[in-house]
Amino acid sequence: MKRIDTLIIGAGQAGLAMSYCLQQRSVPHVLLERGEVGNSWRTERWDSLRLLTPNWQNRLPGHARAGSDPNGFMDMTGVVDFLDSYAARIAAPVETQTRVLSVSRGGDGYRVATDKGDWTCRNLVLASGACNRPSIPAYAEELPGHITQLSPLEYRNPSKLPEGGVLVVGASASGVQIASEIRAAGREVVLATGQHIRMPRHYRGRDIQWWMDRSGILSTTTAEVDDIARARAVPSLQIFGDASKQFLDLNALQKNGIELVGRLAAIRGDEALFSGGLANAAMLSDLKMNRALTSFDAWAAEAGIAGLPSPERFAPTRIPASPKLRLDLAKGKISTILWATGFQPDFSWLHLPVFDRKGRLAHQDGIVAPGLYVLGLPFLRRRKSSLIDGVGDDAAALADHLVQSTRCNAA
Amino acid sequence: MTQVSTAPVKNGVNTEALIGARGAFAEAPAAAQFTFKSTCDWIEGTYNRNTIGGYFGLGQTHARKRTFSIESDHPEVFAAADRAPAPPEIVLSALASCLTGGVAAVAQHRGVQLRSVRATVEGDIDVQGILGMDPDIRNGFSAIRVSFEIDADASADDINAIVAQSQKRSAVFDILTNPTNVAVTVA
Repeated sequence: MKRIDTLIIGAGQAGLAMSYCLQQRSVPHVLLERGEVGNSWRTERWDSLRLLTPNWQNRLPGHARAGSDPNGFMDMTGVVDFLDSYAARIAAPVETQTRVLSVSRGGDGYRVATDKGDWTCRNLVLASGACNRPSIPAYAEELPGHITQLSPLEYRNPSKLPEGGVLVVGASASGVQIASEIRAAGREVVLATGQHIRMPRHYRGRDIQWWMDRSGILSTTTAEVDDIARARAVPSLQIFGDASKQFLDLNALQKNGIELVGRLAAIRGDEALFSGGLANAAMLSDLKMNRALTSFDAWAAEAGIAGLPSPERFAPTRIPASPKLRLDLAKGKISTILWATGFQPDFSWLHLPVFDRKGRLAHQDGIVAPGLYVLGLPFLRRRKSSLIDGVGDDAAALADHLVQSTRCNAA
Repeated sequence: MTQVSTAPVKNGVNTEALIGARGAFAEAPAAAQFTFKSTCDWIEGTYNRNTIGGYFGLGQTHARKRTFSIESDHPEVFAAADRAPAPPEIVLSALASCLTGGVAAVAQHRGVQLRSVRATVEGDIDVQGILGMDPDIRNGFSAIRVSFEIDADASADDINAIVAQSQKRSAVFDILTNPTNVAVTVA
């Protein structure tokens, strides 16, 4: 049994940022990593994926560099190199190829069992990621057996899919990007679309992330929103990490020949049934985009930002007059269903009473229980918490809390 | 979003109570399980009458303040006596009522004073379906259109947002746009 003051589970951007912050505060710690540094980026991403945030925005504490072009977007090789170089620069004490099997209470803190032996620690930081498992609806089990089902975690590129058409379920960033490239490879693609967020890549000559960063939207705290559960469930923007692609919205997808249908509501026999509420989903999204742009305009006027082109508004989303309500899955037109229906963290090894009635980890701004912290979840402390750029502030705040609590308990 | 108004907004919806209920149901989700009920008696021909007098919710059955009734019949063109609206018309009116009530509630919550709201609902049916003439034609509506005329102290975008939010939170909109398992038995 090894003993250390603080254990960090996961050596992605969250675990590494916490390692840096603990080093700064002289807290002895070790990171346990199931694979290599940045494992999810390394092994669970599709080939063409690029970060949605430009390089200038990928700031980790104590590390300035991110890509040669500040306005470029890193591919996955770039992200892995970035995290590898960060881990090396901060000399993070990572135990790689070490999978956590269970966490329970023990001693004056926690007992962590791994496939490389057991540890005890006073403090434990969960930094194992927000997207370990796809959120797939229960009715997926009722699908006919000849349909291949996969999530963005397994998807790599269109050539790996079986011949035939593809039903992509979900129109957030993953869904629209994957639908777009499968269609570009010549496949028939149907996109089932529920709640989604339309946004241009650029607005008034600046990247959309510049607006969100500078106007303060990304720094919004949990105390500043009415309904934090809802804020944590907001889907990702319909954008792509490529400055030349202004829109990857429903208009652009339809122009490329993708068929739009409403939210996938049920599987009945061999048929997929879709909601008839697509028009309202598109209307809500247009209104939300326009409210965001209006708030950016107001901020720019108040802050006196000079040299910006005039405000603009974009053509509304066009929806087919009568989107299909049902799709026969037995006739062979659709061979694959891709579930771009969101992700959830995997805390199946966390054997502690720290979950709410829906099985979600309960925490207050990243504090789960005495000596137990979590990092990297959507809107953990701020809207940017799940971004590479957001995890540093969270890690610093939780490291401060950890040091103060440890001092109090020791006194 | 419009939040500022000098006079208190009075659309007659007690949003404070509804927000209080959200808090209570978050603590006790079982209390949020409701069952609504209508009992329909045949009178003659296609003429019949529903009575609605109670429901289950908050863990117990409740009586309504009085027993309501909804009658239904068919127009003369279907060889009926036209004593009451046809069931599909009642469905359209249920949708209109649900969305209109939602508009009032959302407007109240957003501090928007309504002066008038009118929803006109149309549903298209090819009656070859219900007459069993063509299996490719469905029995129900092939399309439903709702048109709102709203006079309120708000911008066009704010009014559109209120109508969109009303759809997002409407029971009947959900019932009509998504499939529901329906079990029919004979006692």
